[in-house]
Amino acid sequence: MRRRARSLLFLALLVALWEAVARAGLWHRTLFPAPSEVFSFLGRALADGTLADATLVTLRRLAVGYALGLCLGVPLGFVAARSALGRDTVGLVALGLQALPSVCWLPLALLWFGQTESAMLFVVVMGTVWSILLAASDGLRSVPPIYVRAARTMGSKGLHTWTRVVLPAALPFFVTGMKQGWAFAWRSLMAAEIFVTILTGFGLGQLLHYGRELHAMDQVLGVMFVIVAVGLLVDRLAFAPLERFLHARWGTG
Amino acid sequence: MTLDEELGPVAPSKIAVQGVSKSYRASKGIVEALEDVSLDIAEGEFVCLVGPSGCGKSTLLNLIAGLDRPDRGEVLVDGAPVPGPGRDRMVMFQESALFPWLDVTGNVLFGLKLKPNLTSAARHDVALYYLRLVGLDGFLHANVHELSGGMKQRVALARALAPNPRVLMMDEPFGALDAMTREQLYGDLQQIWQARRKTILFVTHNVREAVCLGDRVVIMTPRPGRVREQFAVDLPRPRDILSLEVAGLARRITDALRRLLAPAGDAS
Repeated sequence: MRRRARSLLFLALLVALWEAVARAGLWHRTLFPAPSEVFSFLGRALADGTLADATLVTLRRLAVGYALGLCLGVPLGFVAARSALGRDTVGLVALGLQALPSVCWLPLALLWFGQTESAMLFVVVMGTVWSILLAASDGLRSVPPIYVRAARTMGSKGLHTWTRVVLPAALPFFVTGMKQGWAFAWRSLMAAEIFVTILTGFGLGQLLHYGRELHAMDQVLGVMFVIVAVGLLVDRLAFAPLERFLHARWGTG
Repeated sequence: MTLDEELGPVAPSKIAVQGVSKSYRASKGIVEALEDVSLDIAEGEFVCLVGPSGCGKSTLLNLIAGLDRPDRGEVLVDGAPVPGPGRDRMVMFQESALFPWLDVTGNVLFGLKLKPNLTSAARHDVALYYLRLVGLDGFLHANVHELSGGMKQRVALARALAPNPRVLMMDEPFGALDAMTREQLYGDLQQIWQARRKTILFVTHNVREAVCLGDRVVIMTPRPGRVREQFAVDLPRPRDILSLEVAGLARRITDALRRLLAPAGDAS
């Protein structure tokens, strides 16, 4: 409780400092708005539904892209984990492409797909799939062989061994990979939304982009706040309970 | 199958290892883990395999468990070649091979769930019976990481006993435990063996432990792994690891082991 109060106090001081600097008028208001102006933008955008709509559009894109990344990454991770051949081929490519920041896929996506939803989806999937693939394959390869041997002596084999022993044993790795994949998906989508400016759906990234176009700095900063909040919220709601469960069962961090 | 039948005694198996050889490809070339090893184990006998690391004790145990196949020779259980792993031959491993994603009861139930003809209620009763037998009925739903090393190995023992195997193989099961916990487990294991008569193959590098527990102590030596000498242990049970009789025989076996491992012995 004391630590939370300390953090809140620090944040309040930061906002107060910002307000003071903005009011001092060192920079022009359109370039350096006060927090009060940013909050009033957030209030207006919340009231007229802009913010909620944009957040929903963004979350829908994120969900589709992330799900696709999982559907591709996990099976490919199995392939990379199962054999030296898979590791030297699929695993190698994943390792290479994971080093590529997902925003680098954008020029290619724009040329291939134009200013479309597909372009955004493509970038999100490319940003997500490799880290999930690598985490899945790492997880499967680090299952202690003794678990499988013990299971075999108890009469487990084939599919049963996979679903009841290998997958649960690799679960902590999967969760780490899913969390990392989510972080990459989130970053990729924001990059994609800023660059792909279309009217089929106005996401948070596009709000940010048009904030710049309109010189509406209060909008730019306000949307940045919302992006931080959504990121934290998903982590809290989706991953924190899973990690608490793992921590209780496995006793690991 | 009724619960009484499930918990009832099963006839222990006899094991015949006949001229078995097994080698592995390792980074430093081919390792002769076992060379021409023969060993007979009677029904219900408690045999301890003793030897330094690399003498092939664990390899031999894996062959009998059916987790591996011999290059040459045969392993017969009750006269028939081992077809693969089976619930009639359970293994308790060196380090804890307990599944961390299951609680204590879940671990003991794992093998039971693979046994046909048991109702869910009967399985739970069987699991409870064995957890009581190893003294852990107060920890039915504890997570594995919450247990001490000794308690983990008790769960592992219950898990290995639960499918009611004919043979129990134990691969240095107490190696990682402190001396006091070990001493207590020696007593408990002897008691459990009286209650649930099994053929037991116990692998260890601790000679006193072997004398304390076994009907027979078999000495193995490495490079290549061979069975070298055997000692019958005719001491009354239950035995105390600290007793003079155990110490005396352990001394003789240790001397024999030293002689066999001396450089001169290698030349033979």
